[in-house]
Parts: sequence; C-alpha cells; structure tokens
Amino acid sequence: MAAGILALGAPRVPALGGALVAGALAALIMGTLAAVAWQAQGLAALGPWDWRAVRFTLWQAALSAALSAVLAIPVARALARRRFPGRGALVTLLGAPFILPVIVAIMGLIAVFGRNGVINETLRAAGLPEFSVYGWQGVILAHVFFNLPLSVRLILQGWQAIPAERFRLADSLGFGPADTARHLERPMLRAVLPGVWLAVFLVCLTSFTVALALGGGPSATTVELAIYQAFRFDFDLGRAAALGLVQIGLSLAAMGLARRIAIPAAFGAGLQAARGPAGPRGWRVAADAMAIALAAVFLLWPVLAVTAAGLPALPALPPEVWQAALRSVLMALASALLALALGLTLALAIARGRGGWIEAAGMLPIVASPLVLGTGLFILLRGWVATDMLALPLTVLINAIMALPFGLRALIPAARTLQADFGRLADSLDLRGPARLRLLVLPRLAPQLGFSGGLAAALGMGDLGVITLFATDSPTLPLKLYQLMGSYRMAEASACAVLLMAISFALFWLFDRGGRLA
Amino acid sequence: MMRHLIPLALLAATPAVAQEKPVLTVYAGESVASEWGPGPKIEEGFEAFCACDLRFVTGDILPRLLMEGAATEADIVFGLNTDVTARARASGLFAPHGQDVSGLSLPIAWDDPIFLPYNWGETAFVYDETRLENPPTSFAGLLDAPDDLKIVIQDPRSSVSGLALLLWVKAAFGDAAPEAWARLAPKVLTVTKGWSESYGMFTEGEADMVLSYTTSPAYHIAAENDTTKHAAIFPEGQYFMAELAGQIASTDQPLLAQAFMDWILTPGFQEVIPLANWSLPAKLPQEQWPQVMRDLPRPEKTLFLSETEAQSLRDEALDEWLRAFSR
Amino acid sequence: MLEFRDIAVRRGDFTLTADLAVPDGARVAVIGASGSGKSTLLALVAGFLPPDRGRILWQGRDLAGVPPGERPLSVLFQDQNLFPHLDVAQNVGLGLRPDLRLDPAQRQRVGEVLTAVGLSGHERRRPASLSGGQQGRVALARVLLRARPILLLDEPFAALGPALKAEMLELVGRIATQTGATVLMVTHDPRDAARFAPQTILIDAGVAHPPRPTRALLADPPPGLRDYLG
Repeated sequence: MAAGILALGAPRVPALGGALVAGALAALIMGTLAAVAWQAQGLAALGPWDWRAVRFTLWQAALSAALSAVLAIPVARALARRRFPGRGALVTLLGAPFILPVIVAIMGLIAVFGRNGVINETLRAAGLPEFSVYGWQGVILAHVFFNLPLSVRLILQGWQAIPAERFRLADSLGFGPADTARHLERPMLRAVLPGVWLAVFLVCLTSFTVALALGGGPSATTVELAIYQAFRFDFDLGRAAALGLVQIGLSLAAMGLARRIAIPAAFGAGLQAARGPAGPRGWRVAADAMAIALAAVFLLWPVLAVTAAGLPALPALPPEVWQAALRSVLMALASALLALALGLTLALAIARGRGGWIEAAGMLPIVASPLVLGTGLFILLRGWVATDMLALPLTVLINAIMALPFGLRALIPAARTLQADFGRLADSLDLRGPARLRLLVLPRLAPQLGFSGGLAAALGMGDLGVITLFATDSPTLPLKLYQLMGSYRMAEASACAVLLMAISFALFWLFDRGGRLA
Repeated sequence: MMRHLIPLALLAATPAVAQEKPVLTVYAGESVASEWGPGPKIEEGFEAFCACDLRFVTGDILPRLLMEGAATEADIVFGLNTDVTARARASGLFAPHGQDVSGLSLPIAWDDPIFLPYNWGETAFVYDETRLENPPTSFAGLLDAPDDLKIVIQDPRSSVSGLALLLWVKAAFGDAAPEAWARLAPKVLTVTKGWSESYGMFTEGEADMVLSYTTSPAYHIAAENDTTKHAAIFPEGQYFMAELAGQIASTDQPLLAQAFMDWILTPGFQEVIPLANWSLPAKLPQEQWPQVMRDLPRPEKTLFLSETEAQSLRDEALDEWLRAFSR
Repeated sequence: MLEFRDIAVRRGDFTLTADLAVPDGARVAVIGASGSGKSTLLALVAGFLPPDRGRILWQGRDLAGVPPGERPLSVLFQDQNLFPHLDVAQNVGLGLRPDLRLDPAQRQRVGEVLTAVGLSGHERRRPASLSGGQQGRVALARVLLRARPILLLDEPFAALGPALKAEMLELVGRIATQTGATVLMVTHDPRDAARFAPQTILIDAGVAHPPRPTRALLADPPPGLRDYLG
C-alpha cells in the first residue's frame, strides 16, 4: 500500500525520444494529408455517396469490433485456464488470420464460405437455405476472421497479466468460477476490452480490399475505398484529402470516447513467470474445449483451404517469384526493425506517463489512409529524390508506421508494468540509456517485442497498397501474386498465395518465438 | 549479414545507372511488364535494334503521371485505356505519335494523333459451359435471366473493365440504362476492385459469369487446353476496349521514344500481342493472328463511346450504377 | 546531515509537511499510521517525488533536480528489489556499474559482498530460486557494494518471519556501521524501531516531526501515536 507512492516513477529528464517520434508521426500523417490537399488546392466537398460510405464504415466497424471482442472472450479464457499438448502452437496458429495478406484471406474465406464452399454445399445437401458471403455479412465475417486473433491475443495477455497469486488467493477464499469472474476476470476485461474494441474498430475503419471483394456492391463502400476511388476514377485529390480528414476525425473521436470508458487496472507482477490458474472442472471443460475448437476451425480452415489449393503448383513457380519473395522478406525485416525501434521509444515514453497525446499519435497510423500517406509523401519528396528510388524505402517506412499501432497495443501495457515494477529500482541504481535498454527493457519486454516485430514483419510482407503508387521495376511478392492473377494464371497465383502466406507466417513465428524464448 | 543484404536488395530496385546505354523509361500497367505479360518480349524486341535499355516502371500509371506532371521520368506511357484518354490528353503531357493509323485492324475508326492503340478486344461476360448450360444469348436475355444466375463485375471507380461495363450498358441501353442496371444488380454476386479478383472468383466456381473480355477464352484454349470457357456474344454489341501508348512531350530521349512509337505497329511488335497479352493486335491482318484467336467468335456489333461522349456520360452513368446497387 | 527544510508535498487531498534534520550516521525509524506518508517521505529523499515546497539538503547541498540514481543513497523497497531475469551476481553487480561491464577486480568485489551476506556460491542463481531471506540478502549485498551514505528502507522485510527479520535488521546494522550510512527505516512495528533505531520520526496528521529518542517516544507516546499503537 504505502509503497505505492514510490511506484509513481521518477520525474526525470523528459522522455525526449518518445515526444520526438510521436511528433514526427503526427507531422507525417497530418503533413501528408496537407500535402495532398495542397496539391489539390484545397479540400473538395463530399457528396451524398461519400457520406453514405462514412455511415457504412462506422456501422460495420462498430459491429465487427463488438463481435470480435465478444467472441474472443471465451476463447481467450479457455486458452488462459487450460493446459493441453500443443497449446503454445495453437495460440501461435490462431494468430494466423491477422497476418494473412488480405487477398489470400479472401481466397480462403471464399473457399469455405463461398457459394461453392463446403458450408454452402452442406447446407444445400441438407436442403437448407444458403449463406451468402457477399454483402455486409461477408464484410463483417471477414473482419471478425481477421481481428478475432488480435482480440484473443490481447485479451489472453490481459488474462496472463493477472498474477498467479491472485488466482491462488481466489482458490484459498473458496471462489467459484462466478466469483473468480467477478473479482479477477471482469476487472481485467473492463480494462482490456475497450482497448481491444477500439483497436479492431480502427482497423475496420480503414478497411479497403475486404469491402471491395466481399461487399457485394457499392452499398458496402468504406471511406478508404472512397479515397481510392477518388484517386483512381477522378484523380480528385481534394476529395481524397477531405475523406482522409473525415477518416482521421472519426477515429480521433472514437479514441476520445474510448479514453473515457477505459478503466485502467494495475496488476502487480509476481516474481515467478505466471503459470495460468487451474481451470474449473465439470461442464466448463467441455465448454472451453468447444470454444477453442470452434475458433480453431473458423480461423484455420480458410488457411488450410488456401494451402490445399495452392500447394500443387508451388514447385512450378518461376524464379522471378522467389526473387520477389526474397526482396519482400528483406523489406519486411527492415519494416519490423523500424517498427520496433519506433514502438519501443513510444511505449517507454507512454509508460513514463508522458501525456496521452503521445499514445494518440502512436495510434494515429491505424486511422491514416495509406493511400493519402503514400501520395502525400510522393508529392513532398518528388522534387528531391528520384521517385523510383523511393518506392522500396518508402514502402518499408509506411509499412513500419502502419504496423506501429498493433505493436503498441502489446508494448504499452508491458512497458507500464515494467515501469511500475522496476522503474524505481532502475532509477535508484542509475540504470539508464543503453544499459537500461540492454539489461532491463529488452529482456523484460522480449515477448511483446517479438510479437510486435512479428506483426510488423508479416503485415509488411503482405502489403500491396502503397507500392503500386510508387511505380517500381522491383516487384514484391504480393505484386507478383496480382501479376499472376492478371495473366489468367490462377493456379500459380494460388501457389504464390501459399508462398506469401507461409513466409508471412514464418516471419511472425520466428519473431514471436524468439521473443518468448529470449 | 542482414546489414549487407538490405542495401543490396534496395540497390536492386534502383535503375541501372551504371550502364552507358541510354535508357528509355516506359510507364506500364501492372500486367504488361510482368514476365507473364508482353513486356519481356517487347523489351527484348526493342533492345535488339535500339542500342538502348528499355526499362518498364509499373504501377498506377495515370495517377502517377498526373502527379509528376512535366517533371516525369517517363518517356513512354504504355497501357492507358481508351476510356481514360480524355484526362490523359487534358494533362498536355503527350506529344503526337506521328504514325499512319489508316490500316489498323480495329473494328472502329481510329484517327487519334496522340494515343496509339497496340491491342484491343471487347468486354464480354465469360462463362464455363460445364456449369452454365443455357447461357444468355443477348444482353436482354442476361437481364431477363433468373436472379440465381450470378455474375461478378468490377467497380468502375477502380477498374478499367468496370468502367467499360458502365459505358457498355450506357451505349447499349441509352436512357434505359438505369432500368437495365436495376435488373442486373440482383444477379451481381459481388463487385471487385479489379479484374483479377473477379476472374479468380469465376475460376473458383463462385460465379456463373464474369465480366471479362471476348478474348479471354483464348488463354484457356491455348495455355490450358480447356475449351469449356466461352465469351457470351450479344447481338446488342460488345464494348470496344483498346490499350494505348503515348510519348511524353518532355522526354529527354525524343529519338528513342519516337523509335519505340514507330515500332509499335510493325509486325515484330504486333505478333507478340495475341499470346502474351491475350488480346487482339492493333495492326495485323486477321490471317496472321494465331489460330486460337481466329477461331474465337467475333461479335457482329461493336459499341464504343468516343472520348468526349464517355467523358460527358461517366458521372451520370456512375450515379445510375450507384443507385441501382443502393436500393 | 540530511535536512528537510520547510518541505510540503501534496498528493490529492493529502498534504505532508516536514521541517527536520537527521544527523550523519543516525539510524532513524519512521513510524506512523497507514497512509500517513511514511513512504512519501522516503520518496522525497530518493528523488521519486519532487516536493511542492521547500528543499532537501544533504551535507548542505540541495538535492533538487538530482536524478535518483545520482543521489547519495540506496533504497530497499517493499518488494521488487531484484530484477528477476538477472542472476544474483548481475543484480549485485548493478550496484557497481549499471551497464554491468565489470572488470575482474569488480567481479571479485561482487563475490566478496556476496560472501559477506552469506550467499557465496549463489552467483548464477536467479532470484526466483531463492528464499525470501536470501533475496533480501542479495539486495543488501548490493547496498553494501554501493556504500552510499544514506540508506532508505521502505519495509523491505515486512514479509519475513520475526527471526529472519531480526537477522536482516542485524545485517543492515552491520552494513550501516561498515559504510557509516545514515539510515531511514519505515516500519509499522514499534519493536523494529526500538530494536534498530535509537531515533524515530513520527508522522502524524500530515506532519513529519523531528527525530526523537525512540525509547522515550514509545514510553510516552503522543495521542496520535497512542491511537496507532493501541
């Protein structure tokens, strides 16, 4: 109790690095928007179709986020309190959809939920009405598919952050599952869920390809899609900038709102590595098994379907594809390292309690339109550097920035715990600078760093958005995939999708695993 | 190790500045320059006599060009679509191609002094006869078909083929276009961003018909020995599409650029098109087309809206389209 | 001498004032009710919390703005005195060089202080594999190694049994003697105060009173302390 006052952290030199990174991020995102608006000589008015897109965007994002968060709870709880062989591997595997390149994921979802998919064939055989994956329900389905893993992961981390001692205390007090839920789990969920919901909401706010492939038509147009269309159809940069501004405004409003409902809970850290609580027996064992099994089927089946479709043509892929794969891997690694450096700087500054604006700036990329960002950078830099030379470095930079918010979701709580537990001790021992990084921060945050780095690498691997704008003669792997599809080579495209997926997954696994072993 | 590899990979992205040969920079659409498109053969063919290095730079060419303006590094722009020429022309970036366009093998008259067509085809709904036994035989038949006949189309705001469909419906139905869309909309399974996603869904068996090209079946016949894919030919007409090349007025390689433009309509170039681009050559007598292209059923009627018509109709047509899908 | 000059610090609706001095080498207990501000007083000295008013002086030098790690003191917290991912030798070695780039002589010093606290041979162990008493000894070994002139104890042994706690306090006493340190020890146990600290600072109703002889204070407690002692 009284020791709590000492945990408040030291009033030291301001965490300049964090403020700098946050400032640069905000300047970059708002600056590129301004550059686009400047090129267009002002913002253009939005028409009724744009406002319709805004409404649809908000609606689908809110629903997708709520569903993802709610469905993630039983899965995370089951994973937190059950131990079974292969659990670690399953936790990693369940993360797969989030890092799947969107185009690959859509292929998988269609293979399972499409008109010709297994589910509808079964329904047809049973004489039941079919389920259409095209339309708003397809958009929601895909968003839950993408974001359930992130939600499970974040909630699971919250669960594991409850010290084992608390559960032992609960046991010793004779708590039943309901009591445990009320006193330990619900407070944790209250603290974690708003953040989870917000994260998914923001991801879905900028959804693009999903809406365009599964939306069924223009009634499922999102704002990001409208931005793309403003670029492509009318080359209307003014409208693109206006839409970009609306998108950021919506997200900031959502973040402001979520700040008010988020109830921070401080969990002390036990010295022992948390070994999860023993789960309750009885029917709850079956219920947990069911939750895990359903999630596994939902999340892994599409992945397996894509694999099965693409594997046969894999050996026949031409060398150019492998070359593009190598280029993509190197770019993904560079993105990951950059994202880690930026993310860690921000998380440490936030953990030291440097104003909410740093956290807001760190989350800003999630709401920024990559298209506006890329175009703005292009406009700003074209007079200085040959644009061909820019394509790959800028793609690396933008991918790192785009991955930042996801990494931060994992890094910030861990950095806060680190600061609360060891900040004062490290300060009193004059442990700072590179030594603090090496001896305290990196070892303690290794799991979260691995997770964040893996996310950044995988997301960077699958990205397509920005690179098409910066025309290049050095195609990345996703670009190769599109080239194959654009040349009727659908079988090879499927194989390329498998390769892309396998590499994304391998990168994530290596980082995540490395972080947890460190 | 990593430290050395990353700069290497980035280097691989930079133009081959070390070469002494002059470089002709060609902005091209994504599918053109891949090893599966016509790009490599075009590059090889041109470099065989130009004593230069032809470099394809791929991406969203028109937005990029409009942003770069006269400062663009492009010498040639390759792969613009007929429906977007108005905007490209208005940029004032292009120089006349200087070619004789009298004897083109196009179904429409062509007298554009700026943009030079190098291939063409028509939009068409493609189906698989093993899955669709009674395909509609006319556009009206398609509109009358039961709503469980599912088609996939592309978004006109992000795809040239989607835009072509918009103009196709406008050209075929005129003022009745809104009604046509109202009847077509329930059959649209989904609208995708580009042609690739649509065609992928079609080959996966998701849709009965896909908005594609009259020449699409040729790929399946020639490359896969698959004769089950057909383009439905409608008596109302198919909508004409061509891909165009243009030279940039501010080029620093005017001679090379002109040499490239001069080469486009020659047989050496045109013979590459059918089996690499899976479309029809712009200037090649029909008897010199590959057999597979000659065997394809040709539409009796070709629809095409001129640049000015297309430009004046597209906003209205887009609005009609949006309305049809927003009921 | 450690001086609190006209100090006031506000946390919410709670205010602590202090105007007192602690002579060199003194061993002073800090007692008071829960939430009275015992730890706050230590946090002010340690530099974790800036006072809203007044100054803290050590040997006449104002400590304002001196970061915690550069202050002439060592702290033992209630818990989290060791980094769980570092072994015993590393945890102690941090006291010599925070970047742990120790030369052989420094490594030998680490060995010596570990021997002095009776943990020779435990260098490679992780804190989690040690008992509570052993963990306390590791932390004390580091205090010994740093040999700072002020030692702040924020109830670090509260969780230990009486015999073990007595043993620890005895070890603290030896280390303090050896290093000549001035010790401020927060405690809620008057017996600890009586056993270890000849002087006691009483915190009552938001005021930290100057040190008084512990025995006299406990024998004739003022009303606030009497309520607390029961």
